[in-house]
Amino acid sequence: MTSIRIRLIAILLMTTGAVWCCAVFWTYLSTQHQLERVLDARLTEAARMVSSLITDHHIEVAAAVDAVAASDARPEFAAAQTGYNRQLSCQIWSLQGQLISRSESAPAVSLAGHAKGYEDTVINGERWRVYAVVNPALGVRVLVGDSLDMRGKLVGDVIKGQLIPALAIIPVLAALIWFSVDRGLAPLSRVAGTLSGRSADALQPVEESGAPREVRPLLNSLNALFQRVSAAREREKTFIAYAAHELKTPLAGLKTQAQVALKSDDDAIRNAALRHISTSVDRTGRLVRQLIDMAAVDSADASRMAGKASIPDVLTDVRADLDSLRTARTVTIKAHVEVAREPVVYDRMLLALALKNILENAILYAPAGSDVAVSVRREGNELHIEVADPGPGMTPEEAEHLMGRFNRGRHDGKGTGLGLAIVDMAVRKLNGRLSLEKRAKNFVAEITLPLDHPGQIGLHRN
Amino acid sequence: MRILVVEDDAVLLDGLKVGLGLSGFTVDTVANVADAMEALAANRFDAVVLDRMLPDGCGLDVLGGLRGRDDRTPVLLLTAKDETADRIGGLDAGADDYLGKPFDLDEVAARLRAITRRGAGRAHPQLRHGSLTVDLAGMVARKGEKTVALSRREFSILQTLMENPGMIHSKQTLEQRLYGWQEDVESNTVEVHVHKLRAKLGAPVIETVRGVGYRMGIAE
Repeated sequence: MTSIRIRLIAILLMTTGAVWCCAVFWTYLSTQHQLERVLDARLTEAARMVSSLITDHHIEVAAAVDAVAASDARPEFAAAQTGYNRQLSCQIWSLQGQLISRSESAPAVSLAGHAKGYEDTVINGERWRVYAVVNPALGVRVLVGDSLDMRGKLVGDVIKGQLIPALAIIPVLAALIWFSVDRGLAPLSRVAGTLSGRSADALQPVEESGAPREVRPLLNSLNALFQRVSAAREREKTFIAYAAHELKTPLAGLKTQAQVALKSDDDAIRNAALRHISTSVDRTGRLVRQLIDMAAVDSADASRMAGKASIPDVLTDVRADLDSLRTARTVTIKAHVEVAREPVVYDRMLLALALKNILENAILYAPAGSDVAVSVRREGNELHIEVADPGPGMTPEEAEHLMGRFNRGRHDGKGTGLGLAIVDMAVRKLNGRLSLEKRAKNFVAEITLPLDHPGQIGLHRN
Repeated sequence: MRILVVEDDAVLLDGLKVGLGLSGFTVDTVANVADAMEALAANRFDAVVLDRMLPDGCGLDVLGGLRGRDDRTPVLLLTAKDETADRIGGLDAGADDYLGKPFDLDEVAARLRAITRRGAGRAHPQLRHGSLTVDLAGMVARKGEKTVALSRREFSILQTLMENPGMIHSKQTLEQRLYGWQEDVESNTVEVHVHKLRAKLGAPVIETVRGVGYRMGIAE
């Protein structure tokens, strides 16, 4: 059942209903018990009264019996309910077994065969409760009995009298429960109301101060979710704006060169324009790929990062990816890998993107025909990956600027200015460091990754 | 018409230089704010095509410097930022027109012609001098009913002279409008082009003011 209201009402109705049923049942039992006692006491009293009346000879036997029967006709029952007339029947038997007298309502046969006390008997299919008392002085046995059916009817009527008001209460009770649940759930409805009234991009936190204590944990997590969603949306927006902006310039270049090629009759101009288009397509393709890489690195969630990567294998894959660029630029890669092939706990995608972009930069800026040196070694609890190229490198200020997420580098026709930002972001997410420096004739980019708490890699510093 | 293009993307810069060259413009190019400032301080251009985002700063800085010293050179802003707010900001900073990337080369040329025409206080797209008409967009001259084909440089000289028919233009001024920095200037090139123009349009079309330069002849 998903509706709290219906659930609450059902539970409350069921529990109060059960309590109500128990109470009715208990009333029934105790009323029955009390009535039995009262009626039994009446039998005893009536029998003794007859016995004593005849003993003292104050009254004739027949008159005494009639008196008993008449005493029973209580005014309220006699007036309203004729069914209760002549409840008590009286018989006087001699000890020898002769019927001396009987009341009008009593049957002709013996009500009971026992000497004294209570007994339940069946006469002519009718059940009776009979009290017997022996009067030894007169040698008679007095029997006073009443019909059990009559008793049942009496008990039933009393119970009915109690049940009817109780039944009348049920709808009132249900209405009260409904109303109370409604009132009780009002704060929840208010929270739901404020949430459902929001537009899809309203991600401001829900006010918690006025909310009931029970709902607060829910609101807390909801607000945390809102925060994450709006941060992600903000990043996405910035990214889309940046990507659109960065793609427009190369597209403008391509279009302009294409128009130059179409307009010019001069083969030299046309060929130059086509060459420009070709290199620009390569560069724009790289830009698009790097934008996708950047989005991938950016959305890599620290909490989901796991998996293992073999560093030599990742390096092999990255080199294969960059092979056509390397061939085109006539650069040789000299790799020196001193670590084992066993996989270590790193996010493979982040590691591959960091390596690929740092190596791509080196290949792009190394002079034609030169060597790019890659070395991987372990030092203590750290993994060092160095990429050295004999290119011009960059100043620390330039490096600082380029590592900024959406900072544009120089447009020198080679790089897109995104590579270093991707490397920096990926290395940070891997919990490592990136350093760039000029060493002798080389420009060296060094990635340092921790190995000491492999399980925790990627869980900090994002 | 000599224009300066300020754009940091090498491919686009080359495309603009060659493409606008084909439309009859003499194009000089720079790729950053510092060079643009220097070029604008040292030379007179008929218009500037200015990219908004440059590696060493904002194109609007160049525009601010230009307008700050009351330089009225028409400026066409090029930008990848194509939001209305950006366009408003650019125009209010003193730009004469605004074009979002990617654009059509012919549109850049047309807008450049429009802003220079307005800058010179003219509205008509053609220049007239007597029976001589010059159509700047089509790069053709007409003498009466007769269409006369002109080379880019001949056209450029004729245009310069016709924009201010009474003014005398020195050989040096004309050379500056004909050649960008990167182009080699042959020593007697202006004389050669003037000679060819006279041959095509009749000798009286251009008058030589001895020792000073050239101006348009008396209108026929």
